Amino acid sequence: MTDDRHVDGNALGGMLEEVFGREMTAAVGTCSACGAVNAFGTAMAYTKAPGDVLRCPGCGIVLMVFVHRPDGYRITIGSIRCIEVVG
Amino acid sequence: MWLLGEVVELVDETPTVRTIVFDCPGWRAHLPGQHVDVRLTAEDGYQAQRSYSIANPPDGERVALTVERLADGEVSGYLTEELRVGDRIELRGPIGGYFVWHAGLGGPLLLIAGGSGVVPLMAMLRHRVAVGSDVPVRLLLSSRSWQQIIFREELERLGGQDGVQVLHTLTGSQPSSWHGYARRVDREMLAEVAWPVDEAGPVYVCGPTGLVEAVATALTQLGHDPARIKTERFGPTGGRP
Repeated sequence: MTDDRHVDGNALGGMLEEVFGREMTAAVGTCSACGAVNAFGTAMAYTKAPGDVLRCPGCGIVLMVFVHRPDGYRITIGSIRCIEVVG
Repeated sequence: MWLLGEVVELVDETPTVRTIVFDCPGWRAHLPGQHVDVRLTAEDGYQAQRSYSIANPPDGERVALTVERLADGEVSGYLTEELRVGDRIELRGPIGGYFVWHAGLGGPLLLIAGGSGVVPLMAMLRHRVAVGSDVPVRLLLSSRSWQQIIFREELERLGGQDGVQVLHTLTGSQPSSWHGYARRVDREMLAEVAWPVDEAGPVYVCGPTGLVEAVATALTQLGHDPARIKTERFGPTGGRP
């Protein structure tokens, strides 16, 4: 699960803000696979694929995938059950 | 939203690290620890985008990025070698609400960095000074050599101030008179440097993924609360992805 190819979800903060229209690195997501609850900023982010992949820091399952397109993004919802934004 | 930042100052920090100061109209004040996305567009429309930590404390529309030149870095190479005062490039930010510290969050503060991972932590230290905070701070910085310590002179000055301790470990080569640490950050070193568990405050760790994983694991083994340890990894190479 742990490797050195990922960075933190924090690195995707700019893209997430573009998609969600607000600061998202402190937003909290719940993994439907393992139940872990973590800030987006702490998720494992893989940014060298054609899209940006966020994985659960608890179990490694794919939470969300963001594929960049010329006209916007295509977002695949993986094992993210719930997103909480505060503030 | 992308803004246009104009380069107003360039400062060489080490042979491979340069600080670029932008004046960025429309910038909303940042917080120490936040980063920005930088986007370069070639004449043929090709775009490259990277994230860089902000080095300066909140200062109106001034944004300082301290960038390490990577061997194959198409963006870092441009920023550290080609960019000139007066040039304008696209910036998006400030970004991030997680890896952030301001004086109101209190301490004592423990900052641990590898190489250019010191940049967002420097924004925190500079902010502490700018607002006159008395929060006790310890910074442990791992660098390859004495010459490669980023912000070395400023850290020496800050380390002499009340409540600020700066410790270095040099993992590659050391000056002949060196009495500091001379190995990678490990559990034994953290046991000496970290605040006692029952007094500890927020911890910020930034650097290459390997260093960040090792530090977070060791601190947890030493009994520190994982919820108070905030981390920012920037990949395996020691540079931003």
